[in-house]
Amino acid sequence: MVSEFTLPALGADMDAGTIVEWHVAPGDRVKRGDVVAVVETDKGAIDLEIFEDGVVGEIVVPVGVRVAVGTVLARIDPECRPAGATPAPAEGAKPSAVRTDAAPPKVEDRGRVEVPAATPATPVTPLRARVSPAARRRAQDLGVGVGSLRGTGAEGAVTLEDVERAATRETPDPRASMRAAIASAMSRSKREIPHYYLSTSVDVTPVTAWLAARNAEVSVTERLLFAALLVKALALSCREMPGFSGFHREGRYEESPAVHVGVAVALRGGGLVAPAIMDTADQPLPVLMAAMRDLVARARTGRLRASELAAPTIILTSLGEDSVDAVFPIIQPPQVAIVGAGTVAERPWVVDGKVVPRHLITLSLGADHRVTDGRLGARFLARLTRRLCDPATL
Amino acid sequence: MIREELSKRVLELLTEIAPDVDPAGVIPGTAFREQFDFDSMDTLNFAIALHREFGVEVPEADYAQLASLEKCVTYLGERIA
Repeated sequence: MVSEFTLPALGADMDAGTIVEWHVAPGDRVKRGDVVAVVETDKGAIDLEIFEDGVVGEIVVPVGVRVAVGTVLARIDPECRPAGATPAPAEGAKPSAVRTDAAPPKVEDRGRVEVPAATPATPVTPLRARVSPAARRRAQDLGVGVGSLRGTGAEGAVTLEDVERAATRETPDPRASMRAAIASAMSRSKREIPHYYLSTSVDVTPVTAWLAARNAEVSVTERLLFAALLVKALALSCREMPGFSGFHREGRYEESPAVHVGVAVALRGGGLVAPAIMDTADQPLPVLMAAMRDLVARARTGRLRASELAAPTIILTSLGEDSVDAVFPIIQPPQVAIVGAGTVAERPWVVDGKVVPRHLITLSLGADHRVTDGRLGARFLARLTRRLCDPATL
Repeated sequence: MIREELSKRVLELLTEIAPDVDPAGVIPGTAFREQFDFDSMDTLNFAIALHREFGVEVPEADYAQLASLEKCVTYLGERIA
């Protein structure tokens, strides 16, 4: 039985991507978690991992082709049968296998491509009818992906001129496409999700004192950031209180069994991504901190994994030091909640009847009325506060 | 190490931890935060890089001294032979 490796959804704001690199060829053995391809998206270049063990049968979508989420990119034979044990696919299967237009394969085609294709040791050569041979050669020389071109020749064939024009065309501004993707996701969020917002001011003086004392005792390489405490406190709160960490799909809410907190990372010059720290609640603080450093670095150099972008069950957006008091965050569908943190700042506060300077932070929650109400949201923020203010237990 | 060499090396470290920053555009006297949205994560990564390179442990209380290229070079100059 051959299984299909499809382009995964990478969150609400991505519906297509262009394959820019294959790391595997037919006949290669792959293990769950291997990065097998790189896809260019509105969020930058993203590594695609495979989710099962097996042998690559066939590469369906060649480099350069832009395809929609859900498109079959490759076929994987999960059984490691010896080479030669299965018949090679019939000649005629090849053109259909690289079909990238909307027409579904004919029934007889489908029957044929399901033949395990582990045997051919040579890569399946993409045979796309509507590119002239000269154009294809030129495209290879110039590094232009012909699959994504709109042909101007007969019957829409891609011509030499089309290739040369594409090669000289300025590459689209990635920031602009990311801006469009964010706008589209946020419009959908505001259209579909009945948001409610809550905020609370928290005296985090004991937390910042604990953190400063801890960081003073360790080498710079082991220091923690306040944001790491927030992420962990949030993950634990989600695990303890249902209704905030999960997905609303097809009219119903499903709590996620694991909590993967997404961390909103601002990109220099604009734009933002929110990759997840997997199983956040189970990670000790030093591990969490290392994971955050790694994620931020990769977010800013455009090497995130697809699974990290699709995984968040809730997002934390922390505007950081010297910024603003509070943020009113917008939920990223299909999630149902997002937590915001303003800057930690020294402010007057009343303790035991006296006004004293304390370190305050404003935590906020944007949540989904289809799932919870303000009362539960308030309890959630109170729990988050309690968790955060007891850093030794994080 | 003379100041120019130190400055050059610090700039290299800066672009290692923030590859999305153009080293040619760094203004020595202006805070990194103002120039390219340096945040607490960048500062920590920068402090770690300086530690790795020069063996200097920058306490959190001294982070303000790393705020710009100029300040940083002065700070390091006083601490390394």
